[in-house]
Amino acid sequence: MNFLQFMMANRQQVLDLTLEHMTLAGVATLLAALVGIPLGILITRVPQLSKPVLGGANIIQTIPSLALFGFLLPAPWIGDRGSRLAILALALYALLPLIRNTYAGIRSVDPAVVEAGRAMGLTDRQLLFQVELPLASGVIVAGLRIAAVLSIGLATIAAAIGAGGLGEFIFRGLAMVNNQVILAGAVPAALLALFADFVLGRLERRLGSLRSKS
Amino acid sequence: MTAPLSHGSSIDSSAIEFDHASFRLDGRPLLQDLVLSVKQGETLVLLGRSGSGKTTTLKLINRLLLPTAGDVRVNGRRTAEWDPIRLRRGIGYVIQDGGLFPHFTVERNIALVPRIENWPQARIAARVRELLATVGLSEELASRYPSQLSGGQRQRVGVARALAADPPILILDEAFGALDPITRSEMQKEFRALQQRMRKAVIFVTHDLREALLLADRIALMEEGRLIVDLPAAEFSRSQHPLVRAYVEAFSSLPDERLPDPNFGTKRS
Repeated sequence: MNFLQFMMANRQQVLDLTLEHMTLAGVATLLAALVGIPLGILITRVPQLSKPVLGGANIIQTIPSLALFGFLLPAPWIGDRGSRLAILALALYALLPLIRNTYAGIRSVDPAVVEAGRAMGLTDRQLLFQVELPLASGVIVAGLRIAAVLSIGLATIAAAIGAGGLGEFIFRGLAMVNNQVILAGAVPAALLALFADFVLGRLERRLGSLRSKS
Repeated sequence: MTAPLSHGSSIDSSAIEFDHASFRLDGRPLLQDLVLSVKQGETLVLLGRSGSGKTTTLKLINRLLLPTAGDVRVNGRRTAEWDPIRLRRGIGYVIQDGGLFPHFTVERNIALVPRIENWPQARIAARVRELLATVGLSEELASRYPSQLSGGQRQRVGVARALAADPPILILDEAFGALDPITRSEMQKEFRALQQRMRKAVIFVTHDLREALLLADRIALMEEGRLIVDLPAAEFSRSQHPLVRAYVEAFSSLPDERLPDPNFGTKRS
């Protein structure tokens, strides 16, 4: 039985696990964006915080993913269900690109434009929402793209703690020494990552052109 | 048109007044003991080299900086007492290359202050049309983005944006510095004509003596954070101050009716 035949024979399960995988990675990326983008904005306003915040996010990234899942396992409530735990771990990993790109994106807005806005009497809030965030949006979406692709890849490991997703096929295939089964998890996961990369990449280019709109 | 600053104190006729104002940054004096005032309707040119304190002086007016000693008063009121947002919306600000928002159309750029001041849509639209005509731009440009304009057009939009809410005070920082000589000369002449109609209190920063002589009622020469001389434009070139002489000599090869006789005071003859 080749890989495609295996996929067809198990299409319902492939579909279920793909949806589960998308949910894990999607919710984690969204969560990371909800925390990471405001944090990135905050450290442009309070520069003293930029080192500890970026440093902290960096340290999280250096923890081996399997170990991070393990660390979180004893956490109350969160550790009760594999999917909650997996989402939290994935969100922690996805924080760094979001914080870093939000920070870098806002910092890279032409200071003359920001100062012109300030001198014309824009409030801090107006400056942020009408000038800085729109002009940084391309770079921020680039961070979102990296975070999404990272989460989709890492979510395969979530199966190790019973969170489901396409990693189930991969781990099962490894245990069975069956390449078809491994591929049934790996190929859809790779396609998902490519798809997220493509869609967010297009959005990134459209928003990036705001800087020199033509 | 109600301008935010026009209801300020009218006892003092100075729109802008520096009263022994100094500004230090990390102990380094950028501006020292400046005494200077600008009346409504008057154009003062701040002339000086890079780093002479001209831009610092401007930033003290719209409270991008606060003086570390002395006072800066706008319409008789210390800038420290002003709500910075209200203060700035009453001061038009033009910088080199316009400082336009690249993600806004020309129309939205010009409408910036009226929009944040919540003018009704129809009034904003009418004002934008009026301003495009004032600065000599065709209405077709309204929907373009800054990157689709020439340098001169961008500068005109910058001037229009500064004038949008009809502020009584206008400050310009090397506004025409990025333009080619021909466009620059056009803009200078048009700006002079515009100011003759508008009669705003204008402070114009430049390092170009020719530009200063063309636009100024008074010229204030600055060097190393100090005011060196403050003279009516017509008398400036006759000053015997060594720094003024150095300036005039550096420009004296240029023809201008206000420049002195080329043989006067130069070491060449």
